[in-house]
Amino acid sequence: MIAMFAAIEPTTSWYLILSAVLFGIGAVGVMVRRNPLIMFMCIELMLNAVNLSFVALALEITDINGQVAVFFVMVVAAAEVVVGLGIIVSIMRRRTNATADDLATLKG
Amino acid sequence: MELVVFIGAAIMILAGAIGVVTRSHPVHAALSLVLTLFGVAVMFVSLNAHFLAAVQIIVYAGAIVVLFLFVIMLLGVDRSENLSVEPITAQRPLAAIVGVGLVGILVAAIVTSQDALGPRGSGVNRTTVEQPDANITQLSRSIFSDNVFAFELTSVLLLVAVVGTVLMSRRAKATGIGK
Repeated sequence: MIAMFAAIEPTTSWYLILSAVLFGIGAVGVMVRRNPLIMFMCIELMLNAVNLSFVALALEITDINGQVAVFFVMVVAAAEVVVGLGIIVSIMRRRTNATADDLATLKG
Repeated sequence: MELVVFIGAAIMILAGAIGVVTRSHPVHAALSLVLTLFGVAVMFVSLNAHFLAAVQIIVYAGAIVVLFLFVIMLLGVDRSENLSVEPITAQRPLAAIVGVGLVGILVAAIVTSQDALGPRGSGVNRTTVEQPDANITQLSRSIFSDNVFAFELTSVLLLVAVVGTVLMSRRAKATGIGK
């Protein structure tokens, strides 16, 4: 039984399917949740799903540039989180407990 | 062995992701996000991307999630959201349909294009006991030679992000310049 399991190696498609499922969960989270912070976290989930597929494909087509792309995605994600959370902080300072539905107007 | 690692990490990733979407408390959602990020780091190690696994832990789990927790506590919004009300009619069933459809299309694309995958590049060096830094060496060669311009641009991007955020979240004084 254990020997049979040991013979199976996860292929690239497994990693890609896992990353597709992770992307789907993140997308549903962005559509369903109303708290801007949690929507941000779901965007991070989607970014991680894409990173996972990049790394899996880098190994499959033996090209290191897949991993380089993930490195840059991480840098941009960090910058994006900093700016996004700054915007959320400055919105929340004006109105407490704002959800995405309350933010229908700019310059509030 | 690789199968065991894959299944364990996949369970971590999916449990964490579902936790982010379903937990009503933002702090719990942030901690579920840590679980997912660690699972992705484990996947990176098993996919021979050791440097990215370390960066994943340091940048995502170490910096981004801590930033999330800071903002949650700074704003005092660490109270549970009532998830039983649906703000827009039929929002959740529609979102579920869209999500399942998205995953279905992606999986169908992956399954049908399975045969197109194959070696094309100049190789990814596998980290071994004899060469423990093979991955870092290869990655840094690529970053600092082929992609050095993009690398320098990221420093500008980070600087702009930091300055912009400081300017945005600063409390403007009544007599200050920013008024």
